[in-house]
Amino acid sequence: MEFYLQLVISGLVLGSIYALVALGFAIIFKSTSVVNFAQGELMMFGAYFCFSMVVQYKVPWIWAFLITILFSIVLALVVERLILRPMIGEPVISIIMVTIGLSSVLRSIVTAIWGTQIQVYDPPLFPEATVNLIGIPTSQVYLWSFGLSAVLLALFAVFFKYSKAGVAMRATAFSNQVALSMGIPVKNIFALAWCIASVVSAIGGILIGSINGINVQLGHFGLKVFPAVILGGLDSIPGAAIGGLIVGVLENLSDGVLKTTLGLSGIKEVAPYVFLVIILMIKPYGLFGKKEIERI
Amino acid sequence: MSVAHCGDFRQTYKDDMLVLRTRFIRIAVGAFILLLYVSPLITSNYVTSTMTTIAIAVIGALGINVVTGCTGQISLGQGAFMGVGAFACSYFMRVVHMPFWLAMPMAGLTSAAVGMIFGLPSARLKGLYLAIATLAAQFILQYVFMHLDVVTGGSNGIPSPPPEFGTFAFDGDRSKYYLTITLAIAAVVFTTNLLRSRSGRAFIAVRDHHLSAEIMGVNLFKYRLLSFAVSAFYAGIAGSLWGMYTGYISAEHFTITESINYLAMIIIGGLGSVLGSIFGAIFMTLLPQVLTVGTGALADIFPKIGFLIMSFKDGVFGIIVILFLIFEPDGLAHRWRMIKTYWKLYPFSY
Repeated sequence: MEFYLQLVISGLVLGSIYALVALGFAIIFKSTSVVNFAQGELMMFGAYFCFSMVVQYKVPWIWAFLITILFSIVLALVVERLILRPMIGEPVISIIMVTIGLSSVLRSIVTAIWGTQIQVYDPPLFPEATVNLIGIPTSQVYLWSFGLSAVLLALFAVFFKYSKAGVAMRATAFSNQVALSMGIPVKNIFALAWCIASVVSAIGGILIGSINGINVQLGHFGLKVFPAVILGGLDSIPGAAIGGLIVGVLENLSDGVLKTTLGLSGIKEVAPYVFLVIILMIKPYGLFGKKEIERI
Repeated sequence: MSVAHCGDFRQTYKDDMLVLRTRFIRIAVGAFILLLYVSPLITSNYVTSTMTTIAIAVIGALGINVVTGCTGQISLGQGAFMGVGAFACSYFMRVVHMPFWLAMPMAGLTSAAVGMIFGLPSARLKGLYLAIATLAAQFILQYVFMHLDVVTGGSNGIPSPPPEFGTFAFDGDRSKYYLTITLAIAAVVFTTNLLRSRSGRAFIAVRDHHLSAEIMGVNLFKYRLLSFAVSAFYAGIAGSLWGMYTGYISAEHFTITESINYLAMIIIGGLGSVLGSIFGAIFMTLLPQVLTVGTGALADIFPKIGFLIMSFKDGVFGIIVILFLIFEPDGLAHRWRMIKTYWKLYPFSY
């Protein structure tokens, strides 16, 4: 029983980070209708930049964190202006391909600067001592990660609901043309969407990096977020949060169960995609996604 | 006369159905095919071997162009479907003891069946969602390759016996080349004809506007599934040829990178165009080789930053894809048409 509880807890933590990255993905998709295959690379870039600050330049954590956020904003602005803006109005497939190209560029920059070995944050972001959570020893990284993700998700939920920029973003998501004619600067909104996505991904990257260490494989995390966003509904922000949590828990549980019962290893890598196919067959627009109604 | 007229002067159905319209084009294509068959006799083994990989890539690219370029269903699983074909072909030959000429089509059919399973969500989905479904297919199949040891040899991979016809074994560079190039030409001819048949027109109708297509009596699900099957069949054939070419298949080759390569091929070449698939396949096969030579030479000149330059190889690939999409969104096939139009009236541009 304790084994399963532990699986659920680590699944929740993993899920909360999925939720963060999925949030970034959903924000970009919702307001700019770009499917971002480079989400994982944005995350990796943030994680590595923070690593550079903390380990190589010995910047205190809090400053390193802030500088990383600043850096990911700049990165997002550059990417949006140089690569995504010329692609406005192009077909979906071209946009998918351009983000794939972007991901390989980012990955090669990361390998060129930081190499391919696994890197660990030193000193760690969170204290290493474990705490007791309903009788189960849990490392503090897990609790902090979960807490931080939850706070960020709540923050963005409020932002989209009440702030002026948030309302403008939702309007842009609804229809670019209508938003433009109402005086909303749509280009700035696109840039803002990329900034938010990049920042939340970078934070997600730092969190997952302080749990597992960082290496170039982190980029694949971005692809594993797809099941989460599909389950939640591609364009739904609360959906991203819930989808992320569910996929995280399911992934860990199925891994644990199948390993003990059938002796299958490595299910973790593939389980989210199996869910993905099942979700697509049963409920293609996810739990909260908007069903597309088409007219001629 | 062997010139193309300015207007449309086709008077018979036979005229209308011609693929190669003028005598000049017919001679040019004939000469090109002849050149393809003669070239291994003149060029080095390295060139022949590279041309074999290009021919394999042409088959794979034609497949993904049918599903993505013509039917508009983005597929991110072509690499995995190739893997299915490669492993199936090897399995049929080693275990079931089929001859190659039977094992290869069987591998294609196996691959088509797998492709159809993952195409099933297309009953209710389109565009983006389907792209993600094929991404899932890619990862699930990759997992199967690594763990279904009986068929795939797990992480060690498995040998692929050379094909034999009677007593003649295709084990040299040249014989492999001849087999591959013949099949590639057959694939080009078949695809060209497929695209002007009822099914091909239905594919294009589904891509252009699926609702209008449905109203006109095109069964959306049937044709989407069919396009997946055709595409995966090509991938299966390309995969079995790849197995034959390398002699040893391992799961590491059929990753998401391979699928992305194929998608890049048809985007760079030109979506929905047979000629585009060929251009794209040539471009994407030669690009890594040119990059390897280029970065190798640069690394020799600047040994200190050699590692840096080598790691930029992937990045250059990404940059080229991005630049192509921004500046040449219609692909090389479109550029080729522009060049032809320019020279048609040269030097009088009006």
